[in-house]
Amino acid sequence: MSNPLTREQHLDLYYFMQLNRQLEERMVRLFRQNKIVGGLYSSLGQEGVSVGTCYALEKKDWIAPMIRNIGALLVKGVPPRDIFTQHMAKYTSPTQGKDGTSHFGDLKVRHIVSPISMLGDLIPVMTGVAMAGRYLGQKIVALTWIGDGGSSTGAFHEGLNLAAQQRAPFVLIVENNQWAYSTPVSRQVPVKNLADRAVAYGIRSWIVDGNDVAAVYNTTKEAVDECRAGRGPALIEVKTMRMRGHAQHDPAEYVPKQMFEYWRARDPIALYEKYLTENKIWDAKTKAEIDARIERELDVEQKFAEESPMPPAELAEEGVYCEGCHAIEATWQRAKAEVSPPASSFEPGWEVKDYGAFAEVEAIRKETAAPAVFAPAGNAGGNGAKVSKPIVKSGGKPQPKPPARGVEPEVPEVPRVPFGRGPKDKSVREAQNPRDRHAHQNPRDKRGRR
Amino acid sequence: MAPITMIEGIRQAMFEEMDRDPAVVAIGEDIGVYGGAFKATEGLLAKFGRERVIETPISETAIVGAACGMGFLGLRPVAEMQFIDFIACCFNQVTNFVAKSHYLWGAPVPMVIRGPSGGGVHGGPFHSANPEMYFVHTPGLKVIYPSTPSDAKGLLKSAIRDNNPVLFFEHKFLYRRIKEEVPEGDHLVPIGKAVVRREGDDLTIISYAAMAHTAMEAAEQLAREGIEAEVIDLRTLLPLDRETILTSLKKTNKLLIVHEDTRTGGIAGEIAAIVCEGAFEDLDGPITRVTALDTPVPYAPTLEERFLPNTEKVVAAARELSKY
Ligand SMILES: Cc1ncc(C[n+]2csc(CCOP(=O)(O)OP(=O)(O)O)c2C)c(N)n1
Ligand SMILES: [Mg+2]
Repeated sequence: MSNPLTREQHLDLYYFMQLNRQLEERMVRLFRQNKIVGGLYSSLGQEGVSVGTCYALEKKDWIAPMIRNIGALLVKGVPPRDIFTQHMAKYTSPTQGKDGTSHFGDLKVRHIVSPISMLGDLIPVMTGVAMAGRYLGQKIVALTWIGDGGSSTGAFHEGLNLAAQQRAPFVLIVENNQWAYSTPVSRQVPVKNLADRAVAYGIRSWIVDGNDVAAVYNTTKEAVDECRAGRGPALIEVKTMRMRGHAQHDPAEYVPKQMFEYWRARDPIALYEKYLTENKIWDAKTKAEIDARIERELDVEQKFAEESPMPPAELAEEGVYCEGCHAIEATWQRAKAEVSPPASSFEPGWEVKDYGAFAEVEAIRKETAAPAVFAPAGNAGGNGAKVSKPIVKSGGKPQPKPPARGVEPEVPEVPRVPFGRGPKDKSVREAQNPRDRHAHQNPRDKRGRR
Repeated sequence: MAPITMIEGIRQAMFEEMDRDPAVVAIGEDIGVYGGAFKATEGLLAKFGRERVIETPISETAIVGAACGMGFLGLRPVAEMQFIDFIACCFNQVTNFVAKSHYLWGAPVPMVIRGPSGGGVHGGPFHSANPEMYFVHTPGLKVIYPSTPSDAKGLLKSAIRDNNPVLFFEHKFLYRRIKEEVPEGDHLVPIGKAVVRREGDDLTIISYAAMAHTAMEAAEQLAREGIEAEVIDLRTLLPLDRETILTSLKKTNKLLIVHEDTRTGGIAGEIAAIVCEGAFEDLDGPITRVTALDTPVPYAPTLEERFLPNTEKVVAAARELSKY
């Protein structure tokens, strides 16, 4: 369970959100000056998601950012210059100009996997990272994000299902910013909450207000702790709003004006500033100091990027293959003997509980002499999906409810936190975990944040 | 050492590499308890356990994606496609994620994707494919397609130790039809090196996989007619061994390329271009190809026979070529 945030952590969260925002505002100006190569995708207004989720991870944990997760990179310790230079295709960028945006990684120090543009493909890859980490005894958690739109890809399904089947220490943040390019969520998926899909994978899920950074942090922390304890994977749907067009070229005229207004009033940074002030976690002086520090840092970083050269043309020909440039060595944190013969050897075979649904089918057959049809046990989606009744053949007796054993999913309970009341909400937490009654509330915290 | 089949060579390579290095893991469908659709992984689970022989749902994208992620942490996963045809399902992971990582952000992906490929066993249009050229066209990958048990074993071992993603095609027609003695000990065959299977002065026949055997049969038949063919088995398609190709061509001055892959966009076209660039003056006849038809692999034996190259077709083409 997560602890209340310390003052330091509160200020950290503010710092990273504001750093994220100021960095991206500067990039918008650079874009207008034609200094950005290609398109510019912004996460302005979504800073609470990237920062709140990534802040819940430990240093050794792995992330794979999507294009709107600049804030997560900053929390992971990536210097802003890397983001400036990537967008400007400079030789000094992490990819030396071979790719742009957030498309870069760091296997050795910060544990970041570079994204590719094809949505959904990070999910299987990060599942593999999580599995490898567990295999090597590293006790890591792997986390990645997917948009509301990207959640419709086949890779999403394959990856999440494998993660679930493997019980991998993997957290998937479904960043629902209401839009996939020009298409609203309601036209992408028929379910109300994207988190409802977790039921189908037999994994835990949460829904949280993405513009409440502390709630995002707390929820992610809980999910990360669960995964680290071997009860993964986990899915968190974060509700937020894309406050700009898909990229700079897109004026987003398809978004209803009132929708922008609605969400503008819920700006994650403004909300958090208010919270910090009301709860006397900081004062005007502290805020001014942090803001000034951000400006100072970004001045230096931007200057570095602007003054950096473009890559030399010959570089285009280099690096397709690893020709001895990398020594590949896994970091073992358990004895290799544990996974080597003879310790690894055993008598393989499958155990099949109750021979599938055979027992249930037999029971129904005996009662009705009708073909046995019964509702899937997990069919209680948060979208109010109705559990279908066993089909009764005309003239036949109503069928008995099938016994639960054998048809229950292995993790029957998929706890759900109602939207807008993160796990900070006392009633929700008590209902879920009575033991946790006193653990977390900050008495000064009127809004229930920790 | 007793002669072994190709499938046994592959199995031995897996055993030896997993024994040598606990970073080597196997991942795929039905590869554990059942031992794989063709039994290439039989016995692995009992020896190495569930953590290292990972049986997955039917999810090629997840298999390759997860293997890629494992590679990032320094493991050396070997992913099995139940039939290589299904690699189409994870094309994106292979060509966009796995193949580009090292070039773009310096992340090596030390993994192997292996699986049964090729026709001649009446597998029909979805279990007989030779999809190697999609991947030969993808910078960042290595592509291997062996024709003998000892090459299969030695090349698979090299592939597992390679720091780059390697696609390893196993011709299922050859799995159990040929036997060969495999050198004892840690037998490695270098990636990127073709082999001259038969020497000759009159023309060069280049081939690989099952067609390497067809080329050899054709060469024996041609020899009885007084035509001495040099036969090259490519073994690795990417990177291609240009040197062996050009050296032979400079000796024989005539080139016949035989592959089971379809004609358009097959590797014969690429080899023809290499020869034109590197040895145009040495050519004494038209570069000739014998390939499968530009159709899907048909099912009925009569149709598949028409579709595939065979010894007669190779001999006929070689006779024509040797008239120049
Ligand atoms: C598989 C795939 N298809 C299409 C695209 C083109 N594309 C890029 S972003 C995007 C919209 C993504 O929406 P969402 O997943 O909600 O993320 P958001 O942009 O809102 O952060 C599309 C269609 C892509 N990158 N990948
Ligand atoms: Mg979206």
